Amino acid sequence: MSKPSDLVQGTLDLLVLKILALQPLHGWALSLRLKQISGDVLQVSDGSLYPALHKLEQQGWIHAEWKPTENNRRAKFYSLTRLGKRHLEWEAANWERISTAISGVMRLTEV
Amino acid sequence: MRFENWLYTIPLRLRSLIRRNRMDADLEEELRDHIDRQIEENLARGMGREEARLAALRTFGNLAALREQTHSSWSWSGAELLLNDLRLGTRALARTPSFASIAILVIALGIGADVALFTVVRGVLLKPLPFRDPGRLMMLYEINPKDDPYNIVSGGMYAEWNKYNKSFSSLALVQDSENTVAASGGQLPENLTSAKVSWNLLTTLGVAPALGRDFTAEDDTLAANGTVLLSWSLWKRRYGADRGIVNRTIYIDAKPYTVIGVMPEWFAFPRPETQMWTPVYHENPAKIMAMVDNHMFRVVGRLNPGVSLEQGKADLSVISQRVFDAHRDLAFVNPAANVRPLLEHMVGAVKRPLYVLLAATGCLFLIACMNVANLLVARAVARRKEQAIRTALGGGWLRLVRERLMESLLLSTAGGALGLALAYGALQWLVHSRRDLTRVESIHIDAIVAMFTVGVIALCALFAGLVSALTIRDKSLLTTLHGSSRYASGSQSQAKLRRRLLIVEVGLTVVLLTGAGLLMKSYERLRASDLGCATENVLTMRIGLPGARYKTPGPAAVNFFNTLLEKVRALPGVNQAGLVTAVPGQGWWEDDGFRVVEHSALPQGQSLDALTRWADSGYFAAMGIPMLRGRTFNDSLRLEGAKEVIISEKLAKSFFPGEDPLGKHIKTGGDGGNSGGKIYTIVGIVGDMRYDIGEAPKETKYFSLQEGTQNYGTLVIRSSHDAETLAMPAQRVIQRMDRDLPVSDVLTMNQLLGKTTLDQSFDTTLLVGFAIVSLLLAAVGLFGVLSYMASQRTGEIGIRLALGAPRGQVLGKMLTDGLHPAVMGLALGLAASAEASRLMRDMLYETQPLDPWVFAAVSATLISVAALACIVPAWRASRVDPVQALRTE
Repeated sequence: MSKPSDLVQGTLDLLVLKILALQPLHGWALSLRLKQISGDVLQVSDGSLYPALHKLEQQGWIHAEWKPTENNRRAKFYSLTRLGKRHLEWEAANWERISTAISGVMRLTEV
Repeated sequence: MRFENWLYTIPLRLRSLIRRNRMDADLEEELRDHIDRQIEENLARGMGREEARLAALRTFGNLAALREQTHSSWSWSGAELLLNDLRLGTRALARTPSFASIAILVIALGIGADVALFTVVRGVLLKPLPFRDPGRLMMLYEINPKDDPYNIVSGGMYAEWNKYNKSFSSLALVQDSENTVAASGGQLPENLTSAKVSWNLLTTLGVAPALGRDFTAEDDTLAANGTVLLSWSLWKRRYGADRGIVNRTIYIDAKPYTVIGVMPEWFAFPRPETQMWTPVYHENPAKIMAMVDNHMFRVVGRLNPGVSLEQGKADLSVISQRVFDAHRDLAFVNPAANVRPLLEHMVGAVKRPLYVLLAATGCLFLIACMNVANLLVARAVARRKEQAIRTALGGGWLRLVRERLMESLLLSTAGGALGLALAYGALQWLVHSRRDLTRVESIHIDAIVAMFTVGVIALCALFAGLVSALTIRDKSLLTTLHGSSRYASGSQSQAKLRRRLLIVEVGLTVVLLTGAGLLMKSYERLRASDLGCATENVLTMRIGLPGARYKTPGPAAVNFFNTLLEKVRALPGVNQAGLVTAVPGQGWWEDDGFRVVEHSALPQGQSLDALTRWADSGYFAAMGIPMLRGRTFNDSLRLEGAKEVIISEKLAKSFFPGEDPLGKHIKTGGDGGNSGGKIYTIVGIVGDMRYDIGEAPKETKYFSLQEGTQNYGTLVIRSSHDAETLAMPAQRVIQRMDRDLPVSDVLTMNQLLGKTTLDQSFDTTLLVGFAIVSLLLAAVGLFGVLSYMASQRTGEIGIRLALGAPRGQVLGKMLTDGLHPAVMGLALGLAASAEASRLMRDMLYETQPLDPWVFAAVSATLISVAALACIVPAWRASRVDPVQALRTE
């Protein structure tokens, strides 16, 4: 079983929110985008996206809706909600703060 | 933000609760969609169809685990899982009904016994008395410096306390009594347990009659008309719950009494069987009420707020000391007072046995828990492969543990429910068969008991479940999947755990067995203790002649008794008959001080003391009490002339050392024997008797019934065969002589003794029952563990046998393996019992807590039962066909 570690899990949520903020996507497309953006840094099986998506939906940050796709297939599209937007802003700011702090510390030890 | 968030998710939560199936279908479709697209892409990259499908599945990850994870992110997933586990557990148990029913039965026994005993202990010992502010209610005593710190109180002392104490807001008198209600309206005459009480008893307790009025101070005087309060049950039973009973006149002991009221249904005081209350100062002569050396009353007091028990005691003691000083010439005045809470007084005698029984049921409960844990572990072992496969397929460890707990919770709940039903039945039976138990009326299954039951169930579930859950280990996964009995070493740790459980179980069983053994031995000693009289083919019945028609002293009563004896002796089948105020085993009844006329005067304030009985001349022969020297009474001496006394051997030894008592004189009554009193000549010496089974014989003096001072007694009939058949003819004789006379306690001597040893036999029976059940459980445990070990080692045994090991050796090895935990448990249990049996010291009669015979018998029983439990699996193991054993791998 490949269970993403807590750090990666948190990051995964943030990434998903961020990608969905740009445009509503269905699971497959989202996984493609994830791979595209992060390359091979995030070693996550395709499937582990779904528990994350469902958790975000239950928290009210994203909204899911079945819609026809380009070639007339049905797919479940996820979009960011108002709450999700606010959460993303907050999370992003948080991320900014922490990463700045951490890189500061890393630089310190390197000197 | 938080709140808004929460508000927003409500519809989502509702949806995930209601549209569960829809969500599942959605998820399925979504996942399939993803995989389909991946397959399409793989195909586009030029893979073959099957290859594309497999590659897609591989990159997607463990479908089952992902489904689980997604599920757990939905709301209510906890509840859903619980339901799921419940379903799974029920199904798993339903598949193995024999396992389930054994486990449930074991738990039901353990929990049932525990709950029943807890209910009794709570009802009797823990619940506050149902009176107003019961914490302030005290029982008051005199301290007899010689032998009794809780001596009952004399009327004179009560009067002084009542007048001068400053610590109690009120003091009330109670005296146990017995009365006859005359035949009326088609009802037979009836002998009832009653109580004489001072008028303020009910106000002291804080109770009011349910019907009618309480006593007034005017009712409680000699001059007043007779008044009586009835118990609820008497009112319902004898008077058909007629509300018009109030102010009606009934005849008690042939005297008219006005019924002034009926007590509430729950009221039972001072004894559970008390049915009537009459005012004590109206019933007893003023002289008796004023005596300071005639102890016959219980005193209940209500402490003033802010006054401690010690202060109350000191206050009363000062008064007692003053009375003592003022009556230096009297022998039986006590110089100090004692106080203890009323509750303690009421439950003092049953406290220890109840706690011992409660501890025993606690042991039984623990044993049951361990047995179920053991069964669950065995079951877990049998299901190892299933579990391993589930783990391999992505079943979480926690999930498996939860399932175990759920299973054990299911078992415990079912067992607990059955146990509660058992407890209910047992309590119904107890309440009906033991009306005499103190506070029996307050024994009910109530909310607290229900909570206790739930707690016990939870404890059992947690214990049994956790023990078996702890045997689940992720690590041994591969071994198990490979597993065949050749790799059985992985299960050694479980075998060890089960063996340890067994050791403790056996240990607890030994404690129970020892307790039961000690009580049994003590009971046997008690039953075998020599009363000093015949007990076979002896029938007794009590007769009370109403004082109004049979005045004492006077000839009426004694004439009646003489005619009765004459007629009874004439009945066919009657060998001998006699009459006495109280037969051996019937209790203390009466003792009086006296002095020997021929001896030098005793120091002032001292007197000799002995039990007092009145008997007719045929009593000793009828009762089988040996006449050692001298003769029985001369029946021709009557009334004032009957001044003869017969003494017991012990009295002769204690008070006439080295001299011949025959022909000497004793003097009773009067003031220390210098003036007044009556003088009697000693005409005979008879064998000793015990007034109570389990008490040492006490000095006894018998006066002649012909003196005409007694109007009650016990008729003794001795027959050469079954004496019980004489009960009806004898009662008919009495009825013909006086149709208003009730006869009570028609018992053979053996029944009478059975009644007095009821408590002991009851405790013994219960404890023996518990011990047998626990022995059975321990045997089942041993059998299970050894069977399991044998089956695990079939391969090994097969190899041994194939290599030429003699079967006897295999049998021996298996037996030692099985007996090892039994012996360890025995050692542990014996050590624990040595400690535990000290607690029982008070309950034992002529039996040492460390009785070597009991300990030896327990050890022998346990080892033989253990050997029996071990022999079947061991024998089966040694019969294994080596070829078959090696092939089954």
